[in-house]
Amino acid sequence: MTALEPLLSVEDLQVAFKTQDGFVPAVRGVSFDVYPGETIAIVGESGSGKSTTAHAIINLLPGSGRITGGKVLFEGRDLSKLSRHEMEGVRGKEIGLVPQDPMNSLNPVHRIGFQVEETIRANGLASSKREVRKRAVEVLKEAGLADADQRLRQFPHEFSGGMRQRVLIGIGLSSHPKLLIADEPTSALDVTVQKKILDHLESLTAERGTAVIFITHDLGLAAERAENLVVMHRGKIVESGPAREILQDPRHPYTQRLVAAAPSLASKRIQSAVTSGASLESAEVEGADASFDLVSVAERTADTAVADAPPVIEFREATKVFKIRTGGPRSIPFTAVDKVSFQVPRGSTMALVGESGSGKSTAAKLLLRLEDLTSGEILVEGKNVAELGKQELLKLRSRMQPVFQDPYGSLDPLHNIGNTIGEPLAVHNVGDLKSRKARVREVLDQVALPETVLTRYPNELSGGQRQRVAIARALALKPEIVVLDEAVSALDVLVQAQVLNLLADLQAELGLTYLFITHDLAVVRVIADYVTVMQKGMVVEQATVDEVFENPKTDYTRELLAAIPGAGIQLGA
Amino acid sequence: MIWYIVRRLLQGIPVFFGSTFIIFSMVFLTPGNPVLRMFGDRTPAPEQIAALEAKFHLDQPFLTRYFLYLGDILQGNLGTTYAGQSVNEILARTFPTTLRLALLAVVIQLAVGVLAGLISGLRKGGLFDNVTLLVTLVIISMPVFVLAFVAQWIFGIQLGWFRPTVGAGAPWSDLLLPAIVLAGLNMAYVVRLTRASVIETSQNDFVRMAYGKGLSRGRVIPVHILRNSMIPVTTNLAADFGILIVGATVTEGIFNVPGVGNELFKAINRGDTPEIVSIVTILVIVYVLVNIAIDLLYGVLDPRIRYVK
Repeated sequence: MTALEPLLSVEDLQVAFKTQDGFVPAVRGVSFDVYPGETIAIVGESGSGKSTTAHAIINLLPGSGRITGGKVLFEGRDLSKLSRHEMEGVRGKEIGLVPQDPMNSLNPVHRIGFQVEETIRANGLASSKREVRKRAVEVLKEAGLADADQRLRQFPHEFSGGMRQRVLIGIGLSSHPKLLIADEPTSALDVTVQKKILDHLESLTAERGTAVIFITHDLGLAAERAENLVVMHRGKIVESGPAREILQDPRHPYTQRLVAAAPSLASKRIQSAVTSGASLESAEVEGADASFDLVSVAERTADTAVADAPPVIEFREATKVFKIRTGGPRSIPFTAVDKVSFQVPRGSTMALVGESGSGKSTAAKLLLRLEDLTSGEILVEGKNVAELGKQELLKLRSRMQPVFQDPYGSLDPLHNIGNTIGEPLAVHNVGDLKSRKARVREVLDQVALPETVLTRYPNELSGGQRQRVAIARALALKPEIVVLDEAVSALDVLVQAQVLNLLADLQAELGLTYLFITHDLAVVRVIADYVTVMQKGMVVEQATVDEVFENPKTDYTRELLAAIPGAGIQLGA
Repeated sequence: MIWYIVRRLLQGIPVFFGSTFIIFSMVFLTPGNPVLRMFGDRTPAPEQIAALEAKFHLDQPFLTRYFLYLGDILQGNLGTTYAGQSVNEILARTFPTTLRLALLAVVIQLAVGVLAGLISGLRKGGLFDNVTLLVTLVIISMPVFVLAFVAQWIFGIQLGWFRPTVGAGAPWSDLLLPAIVLAGLNMAYVVRLTRASVIETSQNDFVRMAYGKGLSRGRVIPVHILRNSMIPVTTNLAADFGILIVGATVTEGIFNVPGVGNELFKAINRGDTPEIVSIVTILVIVYVLVNIAIDLLYGVLDPRIRYVK
């Protein structure tokens, strides 16, 4: 082929958001090309402008966003100059979109079929009622939904996240667009589902020669799926080029930090560190590096954890059966946690791993006694949790604190940070007002937050800062056990690394016992000593971290391991 | 679904007994002897009073009277007024008028309210939005009777667009002005709720996705924004219905609409226990049924709602 023209050429794109103080730039002079059939990935943390760039291309910036400069040339036409009507012709037909959040990207009040069919009609793929329906079934079949005929009549809430994302991919590709923009298409999904969906997306686009712009915060994922990477930071491109080259030889300090912090890559790194012991240079490039500390701390705790000390937490065939209401007067039983047994020695970390719906969060709730056991026993320091009276339970809770997944939802927006962290102290009547204040400052210091946040409110903090506040609140009472339910899942890689590092430090300092619940095995590698893998409420595998990673015994665990994005990529070092 | 309806209807039973009992005792406690009121300025002979009291069971203790009344109602007889009219007949005569008035009010309230709310919500911060917010604020701050008198004076007397009071047979054209007044307050709420709801819905990912998959604005707004925004508006209709009933009583009085509200107003002035209790009970039953209907409609609008047991 002779001198290929780029399909999409973004030239010096500038986007700003209008605020009370005038325009705030979000994208500051971004340029890149996408050639027909090529897959490129735009990588960066949240707020880096990667999604804004994608939305600017198809002119779907949220309310106050404006393109303030540059060009978006798609087959020679400047998309930023098109009228609303012309743009409606480009979207869907020429440029497909697969959105970020499958849970909220389908209209909950319309049937799946309705939403697929309106796309087909809007893009003129078929007109008669029967043809439209036929095409809709095809679209869903291509997207990998079996029994598509029946599926058409269902509503989005009857679909799992993965199925919804398949529908959205089907919609995005339904008119065989030349370019597909996939905006964090799988960040809301479990790793195993993520892998299947991405494989499917890849095969569909490869088959049709669709060019893809893949937006993600996960460097491992990007490198695995795209030929070329564009790394964005604060609205600018800091580095771009072939994916593996960037990963193995990152030049810009920001990229180096991203590479170092990505847990999916770090899991490989630890192994190499263990075996060769001298391959950490690349991690040390950026001064005091997060992942470097992580590795050493993780190793230290693994060594110091004494396996034969009496367990702090013990599950004995713990079972929880929920009653699911049906339309009629009966209800059907659903076993969420099925005869789960494990022990957690003092000062160590037990990771509870599994996909969503595997019962891991319910297990945590049982331990905290936020739910009552159906049968079996849960012992904390030898005492049966279920038999505790009100007073004893309160006492136990002061020594066993939770940190939940969503730092936005678990902090009361009407309380300032000082009050939030101090609340457990007040509830449990610890000390007087003065000593409580002193303790709040102390834990704030432990989680490395400045004292100035004391008077601030949750909405004035970033996600990472909020999660630190949640951890500080859990630490305020000097607990011995901390239950971390997906505590880092919602965080960006860099923040995630910081928080994991903090948790490991605190464990070493204070001798804490962690029950760490996650769906992400990559994180487990750096934080846990023991792993319990759960599937459909049952324990399928139990071992130390090293055993699980080096010699997984069940197919399910192997599947989870294989699903870690970027696990197969060798880093140069 | 069937279970849900059955359960809701069963819940209506204690509501029925409760409301009749409360209203009955409230009227019982109102000072003044209804028999004396019947005679106006004349003073009846003690035998006459005794005879009438016996006829209307006024000489019986409170509970006996209540149960006698209940017995009548359960046989489908809503009793007779002290003036000797059958309450069934009164309701049959006045109810259709009130129903027409209420229907007209609901149509106006929804048509104008939803349209204004939609435009306001889509053009948040614009001129239309600001004017709408101001006007609805004025309407919300004004009691219904003030609104009614002002409208009657301006449109009925000064401008002469409408007849200031409703004529015989209550033709639709005469009902229009009272219906607008009656719709006014709820309309203001509908506008504001629709506006807030449209703004919120517009920010959803599925709206962006709808544009992203190639739909035109002419399709996204009605199908994906307005449709979803109607869910809270509909739910609120149930609560609004109570305001509508109260408003109907006042508005009907001012515009002299021959409806249930007007009749109730007169009955209260007369202290006519059977009539008051019967009318209010019917209104309570209608209120309960409307609420059930709207709850069911809610399930149609939002398929995620499941009616469990």
